[in-house]
Order: sequence, then structure tokens, then C-alpha cells
Amino acid sequence: MAGANMKAVKLRISSVQNTMQITKAMQLVAASKLRKAKERADESKPYLSILGKTLEDIANSNRDFQSPYSKPSKSDRWLFIVIAGDRGLAGGYNSNLFRFMESETKGRDYDVFPLGRKSVDYFRHKNVKLFTEEYAEVAKVGVSDCFEIAREICEAFRKGEYGHVFLCYTNFVSMLNQTPTATSLLPLSDFRTGKKDESDGRAKNLILYEPDSEEVFNTVVPEYLAGLLYTSINVSVASELAARRTAMEAATDNAEEMIENLSLFYNRARQASITQEITEIVAGAEEP
Amino acid sequence: MATFHLQVVSMDGLEYDGDVERITLRTVNGDVAILARHTNYCTAVGMGTARIVLPGGETKTAACIGGMLSVMDGECHVIPTTWEWSDEIDLARAKAAKARAEERLKDAQLTKEARVRAEAKLYRALVRIGTADGKK
Repeated sequence: MAGANMKAVKLRISSVQNTMQITKAMQLVAASKLRKAKERADESKPYLSILGKTLEDIANSNRDFQSPYSKPSKSDRWLFIVIAGDRGLAGGYNSNLFRFMESETKGRDYDVFPLGRKSVDYFRHKNVKLFTEEYAEVAKVGVSDCFEIAREICEAFRKGEYGHVFLCYTNFVSMLNQTPTATSLLPLSDFRTGKKDESDGRAKNLILYEPDSEEVFNTVVPEYLAGLLYTSINVSVASELAARRTAMEAATDNAEEMIENLSLFYNRARQASITQEITEIVAGAEEP
Repeated sequence: MATFHLQVVSMDGLEYDGDVERITLRTVNGDVAILARHTNYCTAVGMGTARIVLPGGETKTAACIGGMLSVMDGECHVIPTTWEWSDEIDLARAKAAKARAEERLKDAQLTKEARVRAEAKLYRALVRIGTADGKK
């Protein structure tokens, strides 16, 4: 009986060992890719924050609603651009983002523009209408793709298919902390923050637009969309790799612990079977 | 001369952050220069060479393409699509890109879209070459 048990334990140990090899390899791959991705994410951060602040300033003091991009929208349909990963085994990276999405989309009538295989799969499963599935692999999306995406979104927005465009991605706070974030993309009036400008009593500075606000917004909006998309993708990719590295590190540690426990169990069983054999032999020798 | 705070940020990172006397760059409407105490202003950036005059009078140039420029309460933000300092431009690559674009434009059967794209490429290459040459 002990023999069969030992064999099972041995098999279990080797299977855990195999798994550990994989998780260890994935951890190393993620760690080496992460270094480069982190650099890119760090480079992207000032762009995101300064662009966001500038747009906020403009939206707060903008009084010109000539451009379709700048006026508050009448349509209630939302478009969510969701940047998720292409692959799983990244801890809570994808599921955290989707859970966050659930709370953001509650009670809203929305379509999704998925980026990343996981994002496509998830929303297809949920029967949400997808804008396109062309950019399923987030790893392959480059700068020029971002410009193309921005153009498509602007066109749909101008046609009035959507009233609001929102972007969901995972912000890279640090190596150990990544948080799902949502930011508004269109229309510009969605950037408006805090109290209404009329109520604070001060006269707001007017902005001079050259050649005119419509022209400015019409040229600038597709560009900033593309820029925001590209930088958000960079940040998301870094988050994914960091999440994967942490998850795989935990998995490797876990496997090590399991192997330790199983080896202990195996050795005990072996010792027990030897003891039993000796007892049997000794008992047999004493008998006659 | 009075200075103002300028931040230039592109997708490749924060390119410049500090006080300057003046920035000149080409917008979709032509060249503009921003000096200190400019009124609130917002415009779309075209393609051209941008010049930044530092408080000491030293000038830095860069190829600046696309994006926007905004002045808000004395703070100037330039958010270009691409921004390359004149000493970072790969002249050989820009020249090769120019030659390629010219070659493509010779093709009479080019679709309108492809033509626009090739023209934009040519123009970008010319801006880069112009900026790098101006440095010498």
C-alpha cells in the first residue's frame, strides 16, 4: 500500500516541478521585458499628465462650442475603449480591469472598442457590441495604428453614433501596484472639473484660438486621441508585465513550498515502509 | 527679458521643462512666437522648425511636427506629435526618407490617399533636414 502511495507522491512532485519550471521561466521573461516596458511607460507619463491638464484647462474655460468635439453631447450612447492583455496568467490584471469596467458602465448604454485578446473574448462573451475586432493583439498596435484608431473613433463620434468616448486602461503606479483607470476622451466638455465656472464670481479668461476654435479642435482632437491611446497602451503593457511577474513569482514560491511538503511526506512514507519491512523480517526471524 | 515657463512634452517623454524667453514655431497658420505674458491661446501645430530662446540668449532648435500649443495663465505647453532636437536628428535617415518619398510621388497611378501620405512623409523629411542643416 505504501508503495503505491509513494509512487503517486513522486509523480505529483515531478508534475509540480514541471509547473514550477514554466512559472519560473515566465517570471524571468516578464521581468526582462518589464524593464524596457517600464522605461517606455515612464516616458509616457508626463505626456499623459500634461496633456490631461491642458485639456482640462481648455475645457474649464472654453466658451466656444463650434466644434462637434467641444460641445456637450446629446447622445447617451457610450463607447468604452478597453485596453487589456493578450494573454492570461497575469494575476488580477485582466479581471481587475473588467471588474472596474462593470462599475463604470453600470446603467449606461455602451459599445466597446476592445484592444487585447482578453478584452475581445470577455466582451464577446458578454454579448456587448464591439466597435471592431481588428486590434485584438495589443502587442502589435503601433503609433500608426493609434492614429488610425483615433481617426475611426473621431469619425464615429462626428456622425453622432456615440455621445461620449471613454478610455479604460491599467495605470502603472509602481512595480507592485497597478490600478485600473478610466479617463474621458470625447467630448472635450467631459474634461470639465469641479464647480461651474460661473459660480466662482471671477471673470474667466478668454482663450484666443487661431485660426479658429473649430479648426483647432478638428486638427488637435484626432492627434491627442492617438497620443493618449499610444501612451495608455505603453502604460498598460508595463502594468501587465509587472502583474505577470508578481503572479509568477508567487506561483514559483508556492510550487517550491508544495515540493518541500511533498518531499517531506514522501520521505516519511519511505521511512515508514522500511521500518515496516524491518519489523516484518525481525518478526519472521524470531518465530521458529 | 521676462521669461515664462515652458513645457514641451511628446509621446517620447518630457522634452523640455523650464523657463524660456521665447518660443517660435510653425502652426497650421504660419509661424508664431510666444513671449512672456501672452494671452491665453490655443492653436494647432503644423510642421516646421521650432526655436527656443533660453534666458541667457542661447537658442535651441528642434523639428516640431503636429500636435498643439497652449498658453494658459502664463504657462505654455507644447504637445507635439514628434519633437526632435536638432542634434538628435539622424540626417542620413531623413535624406533616405526624402528620396523614398520622392520616388513614390513619381508614380502617376498613386491613389489619392497614398499620395497624401507620401507627401506628408516628404514634408516631414524636409523639416528634419532643414532643422539639422540650420544647426551648422
